[in-house]
Amino acid sequence: MGPGVTDTLLYVYAVTDADLVDAEVDGLSAVDDAPVHVIAEAAVAAVVSAVDAQRFDALALKRSLEDLQWLEGVARAHDAVVSRLASHRPVAPVRLATVFTSTENVRTLLRTRARDFTAALDRVRGRCEWAVKGFVITGHTAPATSAPAPGLSPGRSYLERRRAERDHRAQNQHEALTEAAALHDQLAQLAIASRQYPPQDRTLSGHRDEMVLNVAYLLPNGEESEFRQVVDAYQGRHLRLQLAGPWAPYSFAILEGDQ
Amino acid sequence: MTLATPRDELALVDLLDRLLTGGVVLTGDVTISLAGVDLVNISLRALISSVSILVEQ
Repeated sequence: MGPGVTDTLLYVYAVTDADLVDAEVDGLSAVDDAPVHVIAEAAVAAVVSAVDAQRFDALALKRSLEDLQWLEGVARAHDAVVSRLASHRPVAPVRLATVFTSTENVRTLLRTRARDFTAALDRVRGRCEWAVKGFVITGHTAPATSAPAPGLSPGRSYLERRRAERDHRAQNQHEALTEAAALHDQLAQLAIASRQYPPQDRTLSGHRDEMVLNVAYLLPNGEESEFRQVVDAYQGRHLRLQLAGPWAPYSFAILEGDQ
Repeated sequence: MTLATPRDELALVDLLDRLLTGGVVLTGDVTISLAGVDLVNISLRALISSVSILVEQ
């Protein structure tokens, strides 16, 4: 790097209320283990740490994102900082790998969008995110087909059996989807907001069964017991359900005008 | 080999679900926006290929 060119960038984790002080973020494990600090401006504060420009400038970032191990390290550090803050204050998490070249630029951002940030923080104040995932249970075996109709040739009998299994799978799938829709309706009524994610690829999720439900719900802090009861009531019929949370409100702290 | 992780730690795939599609989108000074669908696909492709490499091993 030539003289005068900045060799560090500021990585922004989240925006919160302006009363955040450095002491509150002391010791948080950040990207590259750099110290985390606070930039307060107008009514809001950004939580940032310095990162190496060689890894985070536009070109490098494009390459870096292809490196799964690196991506995981950054994602986990990002989440560690955001989650710690979200455990005791409203937080608007910022999209992964958002970097600025100077403190002044972060201040300008906070100043110009203070009103939007405040609105986003108000939407998630005293609330947290819960995630529900549903997988089709395929363990049920097809109806007894061990006794083929008399008089069928072995080939015909095999085809009949295959057809019965296929019908059974289709029926099972249909019932699982109907249940997933009914469950979501009930959960959405208990939640302040919800956001549906596409089902995860089986390769990525590591689950053998097909995912048919992947939704984030915004709930008031500490008010998940009724929500949990609804999930429990649906558990194990045609769906295997996973309830996870509380998470920082990644899916709901959205600025007006964001796509 | 899956991306499932130890208890109490979010699975990477769940984390990336949130981090790559959730959160506030700001135009940083380094304007490679992760809001860009292409980039999300790049990282998910990277994930998938890494996983299949691990599976093959």
